[in-house]
Amino acid sequence: MNDALGMPQTAVVLGGTSDIARSVMRGLAARRLRHVVLAGRDQTELEDTAKELRALGIASVEAITWDATDDEAHTALAQDVAGRMGQVDLVLVAVGVLGDQEVCESDPGATASVLSTNLTGPAAAMVAFAQILRRQGQGRLVVMSSVAGVRVRRANFVYGASKAGLDAFAQGLAEALRPTGAGVTIVRPGWVATRMTAGRPPAPMATTPEAVAADIIRGLERRADVVWSPASLKMLFAVLRLLPKSVWRLVPG
Amino acid sequence: MIEPKEGSLGSPNTPTGVPTTHQILTGWGRTAPSSAEVARPSKPEEVRQVLAAAASQGRAVVARGLARSYGDAAQSAGGVVLETTAMDGVYDSDLEAGWVRVGAGLSLDALMRLLVPRGWWVPVTPGTRYVTVGGAIAADIHGKNHHRDGSFCSHVMSLTLATPTETREITPEGDAELFWATAGGMGLTGVVLEATIRLLRVESAYMLVDTERATDLEDAMARMTARDDEYRYSVAWIDCLARGRRLGRAVLTRAEHADLASLSGSCATDPLAFDPRVLLDVPLTPPGGLLNPLTVAAFNEMWYRKAPRWQPRKPETLASYFHPLDALGSWNRLYGPRGFIQYQFVVPFDAEDALRIALERVSGARTASFLTVLKRFGEANPGPLSFPSSGWTLALDIPTGSPGLGGMLDELDVVVAEAGGRVYLAKDSRLRPELLGAMYPRLGEWREVRDRVDPDCRLVSDLARRLGLVEPAVAPRQPRLRRRSRPRSTAGAHR
Repeated sequence: MNDALGMPQTAVVLGGTSDIARSVMRGLAARRLRHVVLAGRDQTELEDTAKELRALGIASVEAITWDATDDEAHTALAQDVAGRMGQVDLVLVAVGVLGDQEVCESDPGATASVLSTNLTGPAAAMVAFAQILRRQGQGRLVVMSSVAGVRVRRANFVYGASKAGLDAFAQGLAEALRPTGAGVTIVRPGWVATRMTAGRPPAPMATTPEAVAADIIRGLERRADVVWSPASLKMLFAVLRLLPKSVWRLVPG
Repeated sequence: MIEPKEGSLGSPNTPTGVPTTHQILTGWGRTAPSSAEVARPSKPEEVRQVLAAAASQGRAVVARGLARSYGDAAQSAGGVVLETTAMDGVYDSDLEAGWVRVGAGLSLDALMRLLVPRGWWVPVTPGTRYVTVGGAIAADIHGKNHHRDGSFCSHVMSLTLATPTETREITPEGDAELFWATAGGMGLTGVVLEATIRLLRVESAYMLVDTERATDLEDAMARMTARDDEYRYSVAWIDCLARGRRLGRAVLTRAEHADLASLSGSCATDPLAFDPRVLLDVPLTPPGGLLNPLTVAAFNEMWYRKAPRWQPRKPETLASYFHPLDALGSWNRLYGPRGFIQYQFVVPFDAEDALRIALERVSGARTASFLTVLKRFGEANPGPLSFPSSGWTLALDIPTGSPGLGGMLDELDVVVAEAGGRVYLAKDSRLRPELLGAMYPRLGEWREVRDRVDPDCRLVSDLARRLGLVEPAVAPRQPRLRRRSRPRSTAGAHR
């Protein structure tokens, strides 16, 4: 169950090897988290993450192989997770790839693949888990969006568009879940130094998985609808959104 | 609140479904919402219908009174919540001998309005009149007179309990195990349908109140220890933001029921008149809340200064002494949309250091507790899950937004458990489940009785799931506690 401070006892991570997700689980382990299911593609890496979380005192951590792009797999996964954990207090949607913008621009298949992994797959999985939360009458879905989706940039618009779509989907789902007692938190981090962005030059106001995780946990405590990380991005993007195109295309990052 | 949707809880086989509405529910602290189908039966047969229908659909059930538990005791995510407030009849009474038999959904407010003009009082009342008799039993509530009169269930002569398997009347003599498992059992042994309560004779609707100030925590505790036994009722309001030398400065208000001889003027002409009003209602939730360390510090300073250093025998109405907050309707809204936490614990009398540590942490964190109250408890009753046990009890209201609140309360849980104390489940909304067994050492005993009346685990609340009251919590990690060498008091434990 989630307690009065928004702290979950059970959690499932879609994209179980994500650096940010791992930091979130670490932070929650110090609070009430006792049962975690990690779902992802790489079973070995999932097991490594599981071992680390067990060492932090989370009594039960399980790794399940799951492919975000497999439309048939989501209902079965959601039901499997609910069966293992009883109450599903937290669903963390952290699956995504950066993709290669240059490749995507000349390869329709690559573009479709990024959109499938980052948008279509997670959205379908969210529908499956929303059914569980609806039946449960409580629970929280946390969706990793990005400032890259708030206003897309020429330099990474395939990734940006996939996040913009996921963000909008999550907003709609939040409204749909309102009468059920379950809630949705949308997380919009700026540039984060993770394995996903490894080797790339950091954008201004770059942050770390630990900082994003801390912001997410504070967002859980507040039952927030949206978490910007760092928080100052909210104000910044309120302005950036309104810039005329001629100025926006000159903004670095 | 979300518009409730009409629904019906019935299977295709039952021609008459029980009407329900789908609602999102919280406790008085307005935290941890969950949704359920809410049924509102008006007679015992309908309660049985609801229990049966819920069972056939595989849904959990729990009863809900006036929803004054601060946490998640009276809600059940995805389940059925049985609102008892329509079962509020007065079935029988003897106003010579002094007892009444009433429906579990009757509020203490309604009961008092019936009893006071006839010269009777409810022997144990909490700080609000808006609790049901069933809730008073399930939480085994206490008041300002525990040191003299014990808790609510010590005055219950019998009660009728609807368990998943049967409905029967139980008494503390004839069904001790089930009775005392129900006392403080948070609704998890069954639905209380009605109860017979022993009453207290009073000559007037007034109290004679002695007020005094204490300069710090030691002073407050010394005064209470020295003279509490001279009064039926005693409580200390603590300034939770006072620090250093002033830590725990307090206003003590101790009282007796006023006899007729001590009244004069308008009080004497109609001594048993009792008609408390809600003077103001908080109509909506102010976005940031109105209670923060600045406003509370200002209030506390004013409240402490305004109190007399010593003032004996001042007449006050029952409502003013016992239920001052009831004059402000929906006061919980003042904490804003994120709601608040209420933290109440008891530690044994020789664990004053634990009390001091708790106050130091709260005041050091600038945690604005709007109402901090200290009382002394007398001996525990035989209930394994009943909260009051001999010692000091401190209650705090804290907005959920206070930074670092979770960590601070987690540390206090350990301080309380190591001191041999416990946290009050009717107020809890975030306790560390691993500490439950240490705080309530007779938990196993309670579980055995509960499992007998509810073998299929039909009665489950969010509190029960969160703390593992009904099934063990998700793989609890056993904490290492430094235990005091002094043995725990077993006085009052049921034999």
